[in-house]
Order: sequence, then C-alpha cells, then structure tokens
Amino acid sequence: MALYPNRMNEPRIDQLREEAWAKGVVTGRGVDVAGGPIPRKPGYYGQPVVRPPVWTWEIPIYFFVGGLGGMSAVIALGALLFHHFDITRTAMWIAAIASVLSPILLILDLGRPHLFINMLRVFKPQSAMSMGAWILVAFGTCVVPGLVALELQTFHLFAGTVDQILGVAAGISIFASAIFGMLLATYTGVLIGATAIPAWFLHHTLLPIHFGTAGLGSAAALLELLGYRTAPLNAIGLFAATVEAVLLIWLSVDKHGVADRAIHEHGSGWLIRIGEVFTGPVPLVLRIFGAIPLAATSFLLGALVSRFGWIAVGKISGRDPESVFTSQKL
Amino acid sequence: MIGEGTKSTNQRRHTYVRDRVEVGFFTDPTVCIGCKACEVACKEWNHVPDDGFVWSGNSYDNTGHLGASTWRHVMFVEQDRQKGGQIVGSHSVVGGDGEDPFRWIFLSDVCKHCEEAGCLEACPTGAIVRTEVGSVLVQNDVCNGCGYCVVSCPFGVIDRRPKPLADAGGAFKCTFCYDRQKSGLTPACAKVCPTESIVFGRLDDLRARATQRVHQLRQHGYADAQIYDPMETSVRGTHAFFLILGEPEAYGLPPKPQIPTIHLRGAWTAAFATAIGALIATLWAFALL
Repeated sequence: MALYPNRMNEPRIDQLREEAWAKGVVTGRGVDVAGGPIPRKPGYYGQPVVRPPVWTWEIPIYFFVGGLGGMSAVIALGALLFHHFDITRTAMWIAAIASVLSPILLILDLGRPHLFINMLRVFKPQSAMSMGAWILVAFGTCVVPGLVALELQTFHLFAGTVDQILGVAAGISIFASAIFGMLLATYTGVLIGATAIPAWFLHHTLLPIHFGTAGLGSAAALLELLGYRTAPLNAIGLFAATVEAVLLIWLSVDKHGVADRAIHEHGSGWLIRIGEVFTGPVPLVLRIFGAIPLAATSFLLGALVSRFGWIAVGKISGRDPESVFTSQKL
Repeated sequence: MIGEGTKSTNQRRHTYVRDRVEVGFFTDPTVCIGCKACEVACKEWNHVPDDGFVWSGNSYDNTGHLGASTWRHVMFVEQDRQKGGQIVGSHSVVGGDGEDPFRWIFLSDVCKHCEEAGCLEACPTGAIVRTEVGSVLVQNDVCNGCGYCVVSCPFGVIDRRPKPLADAGGAFKCTFCYDRQKSGLTPACAKVCPTESIVFGRLDDLRARATQRVHQLRQHGYADAQIYDPMETSVRGTHAFFLILGEPEAYGLPPKPQIPTIHLRGAWTAAFATAIGALIATLWAFALL
C-alpha cells in the first residue's frame, strides 16, 4: 500500500482526462484553466517566495502571557518602591505564573520538544530567538526565588537577621525581575520584526512598542480585575491605552500598499483592527468615564486578539509572493 | 563542462573540504531538459521522504516549491516570450496571422547557501553552521524545531518537516551533500545532471564560467540572460547561483533579498525605548498618585 501510493491517484487521473475531453477544461483544487493567460499567477505559479511561520496557537498565547507577566514585574517594582506591598505580592504572583507557563507554551510549539534544552546551548546576540530564550530563563530565575523570598518575608516566618536578609533578597530579585520582565515583554516584537516576512519587517519599529505597551496595559488591567482599583494602576492603564490609540493611527498612516496588505485586508486585517481598537480608543474612553472593569476587560481581550492577529498577518503575508516583491521595491 | 567526461568538476574526486576551498553550484536553465534527475538523486542519497503526490496542473511541475522534504526543485516556467533566436510557429491562438512567442524554461532551484545566511544567524541552538567549503548546514541532531529559521530565510528554502514523516519536527534543507563532499565526492544532483545544467566546482571558477556563459548567450540572441546572485544586498552573494532569462520574479526568486538581521538595530532600539518608557511611566504613576 505504502509502496505504491500513486495507484490511489489513477482513478482520479482518469476522471480528469474524461472531464478535459468532455468540457475542454478541468476544474479542481490547484488546477489552472487550460489556455489561460501566461503567467497565470504572480511570481512562479503564485508559489510563496518566503515561507510563512509554522507557529501555532501556543506562540500568540505566549506573546500575551509573556508580555503580561514581564510587565507585571515592572508594576511589582513600582508598587514596592512606593509602598503598595499588596500590589507587589499579587503582581509577583502573576509574573511567577507567567514565567512557568511561558516555557511550557514555547516547548509545546517546538517540533522536537525533548530537545528544548538546546536553546541554552549557545548565546547568540544576533538571534532574537536565542536572546528571548535567555531573557525568559533569567526572568524565571529572578521571579520565582523573588516571590518565595517575598512570601516568607511577608509572613515573617523567620525572625531577626534572616527576615531582613529575605527582605533585601526579595527587593533585589524584584528589581532584576523588572529589568528582565520589560525585555521579555518587548523582545517578541524584535523576534517577529527581524524576519523575512514583509508585513512584519516593514513594522519592526512598531512591533516592540506595541507588544511592550500591550503587556504593560494587560498587567495593569489584570491587577485591576483582581480588585486593586487604585489610581496608579488606572494611570498606567490610561497611558497604555493612549499609546495603543497612537499606534492605531500610526498603523493606518504608515501603509506600504501591497507589501503589507495582510495588515489591512483579509481576516488577519480584521484581527489587527479589533485588537487595536480594543486596546486603544475603547479602554481610553471607558477609563475617562470611570468604567474601569470594562476598560480592563477590553484591553486584555484586545491584547490577546492582537497577538493572534500578528501571527495571522505573518502567515498571510508570507504566503503572498506579490507582498515580497513589492516590499523589495519600496 | 560537457565533453570533459570524467575530468568534469561534476564527476572527478576532490579535496575541497580538506583544502577549505569555497565551492558552489552554478545552475544554467538554458541547457536544462527538465528531467528531474537532480530531484530524484537528492531524495535517494539523502533519504528525503516524499512530500505528497499532488497533481498541480502547473506545467510539468508537481513538486511546487523547495521545502523540508524538497531540496532540489525543477521549475517549469512558461512565458509568452521568445527564447533567444527561437523561430516561432505560425499557429496563433490569439488570432490573426501573427505568431505567439512562447518559451518553456527549466531551472533547478536549490538552497542558495548565502554568504550572509538568514537561517544561520537566526538559529538559537547553533544547529545551523557554516562548513569548511562555505555551505550552510543544519545539524539534524541539534535542531529542536523552533521554526525561527523558516521565517528568517529570504528565499523561503528551509522549512520544518511535518508529522508523520521520518525525522519530523526538525528544520531541513539542502546539505550541499556535505557527507559526500567530505569523502571527495560531488553532490548527488550535480553528479547525475545529464546536461551539466547543474555545475559543481570552485566558487571562483564557477563565477568566471557564468560570466562567460551570459556573454555567449547574449551573442546568440538571449538578450535577457543574466546572473542571479544578489551581491549588492545584505545577503552579499550566494554559493548556489543561477543564470536566468528575464526577471527573477518569474522564478519565484526575490529581486532584492535581504538578511533579516538588518532590522535588528531598529527593532532593539524600539524595544529598549519601550522598556524604559514603561518603567518610567510605572514609577511615575506610583510616585505621583
């Protein structure tokens, strides 16, 4: 059976011959009309020039979780420095959960998950994927012990000097977590910006700004939904929504025609638009009117949809030969 | 060259790997007969699994595109243009007593083995390396299938092999028959090419030969013959280059391919600025409110 898979196609070929004899043309998936214009499709029979990403749902979810977790650590640092210790604790919990979930999602997406450890085989500044792997490891290494120290210190499980050392250790870990966290939230934009996919590399400056801001706004929104309805978090939410609204305008002005049409057309275009509107104008207006839970929900939803949108854009743009040709003539 | 018999660089044994000589492929469609022996030899030698049995309807090409399980791909380009000094027939499909020029070009596509390779720079595991002869090689036992090389190749060559094929999950592309070259043999595709449309040899020799061939073809009326070897872009030239008739787009080749790392500086600057901006905004919010 496996030796002669062609045999299964023989009846189909006979059927096509009969159809061609009777009608003069053959209809079917991937079959061009005989006698059509030459060339029949752009490029080489419309074949993709670059390869679309092979990444599946794990990657957009990781972009969302990693961005949210990374920026949570930044909020944890801000809250710690200005004595909002309850926010620090919750934010560090979010960061820690994200630092565990993120590698799981990434490993799930690997073609060979059992070889995941090879990510730490080399340190390669010119590879955004390598830098991301190291940033994620460093983030996890700071966040998890930081959270443990913080929890031990909060309940004063140890007395005297040990408690003081735990406090200092927690502080240092939270500071380091914030540094690696803000890189974790933004590097993903570099990751897809520095590729051969036209709709991605044409926006390599916008992407890190968008992913970082979406991460910051999501972290603030999740904390608000968890009950911390404070002025600083609302201010962070307002800031993120404002930046996202500006990015929405940027994206609609900075158009490259055919080269980045995947952002403005197709289903992927709709995902991007929905993502941008729900992270930008909608939460901005809702926050101005004080509807904070709604604004927070809208932002989280928008940030998630937008990540799926950018991966969808990559798939459509990568399959589009005209986009590649046009992007190289700009 | 044809006529050289066993003395041809495609046939004779060599010590390029030991001598660290840069080698290349020069593929010339004007002598290709579209027999696909290169595709078959590549599959046989490298144990590349099948990539589906699909009837494309695209001329005589049912292979489609280079990929994880297609390392040589013979293109069948149909164009309504005259090929060199070709005499076109009097049977017009369009009508009238005019002639319909038509040319059928066969070109065997392969990994370009770039001087600055996008896949090599992108690989986070170090699985992709540069060999002694200048080719780009994926070490199958190191690759963990992250898929970043797939979107980093400006030519869309490398791809991740889907299940349930053998060795699924890893990224694959042409190895330049590194195993054969280490033993002094020439790559399988060049070895079998019956018309020496694929020529294997020292890169400098091939470049000189290609220039001469273009000159020769132009004299014979192939006005649009040119070398496809992007030297002026950030790819900085390729080890597997082509002679093409007409523009590269018709062969699915990017006119000005760039290595994606050129975008790193701008993207990282934006990332750092965003990171600092987010930190300042957060501290500001907590400090003032």
